[in-house]
Amino acid sequence: MNSVANTLADPTPGGDALPAKLRIKNLKFFYGATLALKGIDLNLYDKHVTAFIGPSGCGKSTLLRVLNRMYDLYPNQRAEGQVLLDGDNLLDPRLDINLLRARVGMVFQKPTPFPMTIYENIAFGIRLYEKLPKSEMDGRVETALKGAALWNEVKDKLHTSGLGLSGGQQQRLCIARTVAIKPEVILFDEPCSALDPISTAKVEELIDELSATYTIAIVTHNMQQAARVSDYTAFMYLGELIEFGPTNAIFTSPKNQRTQEYITGRFG
Amino acid sequence: MDAKYARRRHTNTVAMTLCWGAALFGISWLAFILVALLWNGVAGLNIAVFTEVTPGPGSTGGGLLNAIVGSLIMTTIGVAIGTPIGMLAGTYMAEYGRYAKLTKVVRFINDILLSAPSIIIGLFIYEAVVVPLGHFSALAGSLALAVIVIPVVVRTTEDMLLLVPNTLREASIALGMPRAYMIMRVAYSAARAGIVTGVLLAIARASGETAPLLFTALSSPFLSLDLGKEMANLPVIINNFAGSPYENWRQLAWTGALLITLAVLTLSVGARVLTRQGAQK
Amino acid sequence: MTDMTVEADVSSSEAAPDRASALRFLKMSDRAFHWMTFLAAVFVLALLGAIIVSLIVGASPALSTFGFGFVVNERWSPSREIFGALAPIYGTIVTSIIAMLIAVPVGLGIAIFLTELCPMALRRPFGVAIELLAGVPSIIYGIWGFFVLAPLLKETLQPALIDIFEHVPLLNALFAGPAYGIGMLTAGLILAIMILPFITAVSRDVFQTVPPVLKEAAFGVGCTTWEVVGNIVIPFTRVGLVGGVMLALGRALGETMAVTFVIGNSHNISASILAPATTISASIANEFQEASAGLYTSSLVALGLLLFVITFLVLSAARLMLMRIERKTGG
Repeated sequence: MNSVANTLADPTPGGDALPAKLRIKNLKFFYGATLALKGIDLNLYDKHVTAFIGPSGCGKSTLLRVLNRMYDLYPNQRAEGQVLLDGDNLLDPRLDINLLRARVGMVFQKPTPFPMTIYENIAFGIRLYEKLPKSEMDGRVETALKGAALWNEVKDKLHTSGLGLSGGQQQRLCIARTVAIKPEVILFDEPCSALDPISTAKVEELIDELSATYTIAIVTHNMQQAARVSDYTAFMYLGELIEFGPTNAIFTSPKNQRTQEYITGRFG
Repeated sequence: MDAKYARRRHTNTVAMTLCWGAALFGISWLAFILVALLWNGVAGLNIAVFTEVTPGPGSTGGGLLNAIVGSLIMTTIGVAIGTPIGMLAGTYMAEYGRYAKLTKVVRFINDILLSAPSIIIGLFIYEAVVVPLGHFSALAGSLALAVIVIPVVVRTTEDMLLLVPNTLREASIALGMPRAYMIMRVAYSAARAGIVTGVLLAIARASGETAPLLFTALSSPFLSLDLGKEMANLPVIINNFAGSPYENWRQLAWTGALLITLAVLTLSVGARVLTRQGAQK
Repeated sequence: MTDMTVEADVSSSEAAPDRASALRFLKMSDRAFHWMTFLAAVFVLALLGAIIVSLIVGASPALSTFGFGFVVNERWSPSREIFGALAPIYGTIVTSIIAMLIAVPVGLGIAIFLTELCPMALRRPFGVAIELLAGVPSIIYGIWGFFVLAPLLKETLQPALIDIFEHVPLLNALFAGPAYGIGMLTAGLILAIMILPFITAVSRDVFQTVPPVLKEAAFGVGCTTWEVVGNIVIPFTRVGLVGGVMLALGRALGETMAVTFVIGNSHNISASILAPATTISASIANEFQEASAGLYTSSLVALGLLLFVITFLVLSAARLMLMRIERKTGG
């Protein structure tokens, strides 16, 4: 998929040669009175991976949590502006939030298997929206686990607790769970920060495969990871989007001084 | 310098000896109670205790069958009423209303209810149920026990749900799961051991309470299953029999006390084992 | 790509209308559940309200007949329908003071023992035993007091106290005979034993909120165990300790069954703590069943209201203090 970025003829950021799945327009976010995102404009392209990088506290995770309105759970947090998913404004309070979240899946920093069996972890989300006969459900669970490259490791213990898996397996279980309900966009919030290098490699490979089907956004602290998995990269700093463009362009010839300093490790 | 240090060490020795003494003093009283309870209670333990009803004044023998059955019935009903209400209220406080002002008020009031004298609850049910109905009843006793159970369950449900990590909530919500499903399927199962512990402790508490039953369920010399009538129960029988002039009544009071204590301790130990298992998971 | 991705691609567009209809049901049940939990929370508030209202309604005949005199009048005469609550109030306060004087130092001592002195292997079993004892029903303490402790005190401690203080002014009034066995001292002692596990458990929990580094730092500069406890642990946990002690006081004030058997149920105010007396809760427990409806019952409910007001104030203060220490440790 780096090849996709490489073959892009037009290096200008936001040059809409590709269809945009999500359009973020003048997005502001507040924690109480604190302005955490200061007017972000950005497109996530359909079936591409966009990485968000930047030093801690730059707002990259906050941005991700706006995209499925996770902040709704907490008091005194609000967003202004527009986030259009295929033209529907996600921030519209009339929009049904659960339906939205079924379209925008999320994988978290730490693996979060539910306290139930591996099978149930996946069947659970499917059952919310679809009533399937047992055989069909078995098939869906198997497909989801295969899609997350976990099937071979767990097929003999589907009915044991998901908490018994290793960290890397748990994270792939969470990815399978997300994929199982057929979202359109998947958000990854530092999905590998709690994993060892081998598990990380597996998850990165998986993200690569998933990008053929889904629009993906990934927040990461690890610049090599951003370079490896993403087609586009957004560099954020203090709540602002400093630079956005094809990943290889950002990493080889950043236009902004601060981007360059960050990717060369001068601060952050 | 040396003299000062010697004095400090001396003070320390005295203080620490006092702490050892306090521990010994306290433990020996409590041991005294348990030994007396075992000694006197076991003496009256026989099969008749479980098969015969309480004896009339001046008659010999007899058992506690009606009191045991009555205690079981009223505790069961009290817990069956109190647990769902307590769990729902605790759920509101930890989930939907976590940041609401109402939650702070309810938490404060609930803590007051938790430690309020149980005789007050007896008076309340007397005024609210016994007086309007015109007679004492097992139903009134059960309701009094429900009022005892509710604050215990509210407290543990809230505490245990608050221990469920937020990441688990976010992960469920991120699947498009409405909060009700997240709570019932994910949060409850993550907090299950703790909540069950709370319910067990509430049962323990309810089964030993005497004061709220004294003038709600009263007592009865017969084996009765009618909720609309007075019903015998262990705590009130112990209360009534202990002060009586009849030797067999006093013996039954001791035996009843032993039975209650064993039941309460078993429930508490069970609750503890569950908590430990939950913590290990 | 894999089969899965192709399949997902095709059906994601078909899934949308299904989801919308499934959602309507989900949303309704979510709203229903939200409402149920909300109502249950409000119910807890209403419960306290109902308790207050029912006590006031039940007490109003007595309160309107006797007015403020109810609280300051010593006379309690069911046959003449004259009821004054001073004797039960006095008995409640005296027994609680005796209980606190014994239980607080001993309970703190045990808590210090458990957190600082006890061999590691014994700490857990000891702590568990204390917590289990805190859950033993109070009627057990009551009948033990009645059958075992009261006769014992009558033969041993009480005659000794009477002899020792016979010629000491003031104290001879406090420990005036005869030795009945039952009375305020016995009741206070049983209350002390009953709240002892409670005070110990609460103080131990509070002591454990002291950050270990703080204690280590103090040991590091050469403090003895006692100096660490006195200079670090107790000052750090002061508010929480007072809260825990108040909570125990709330229990002692309202305790019924442990006291009823051994207090003697006498509506006389006596200077001697060896004399029989009564407490608010013991009066209610002893007399309610046989009380004639009307003014007698109403006076007993008024006693209950009084007890509720007192314990409410004590418990509120205790909770506010414990909330402060929770906030401190919470960060």
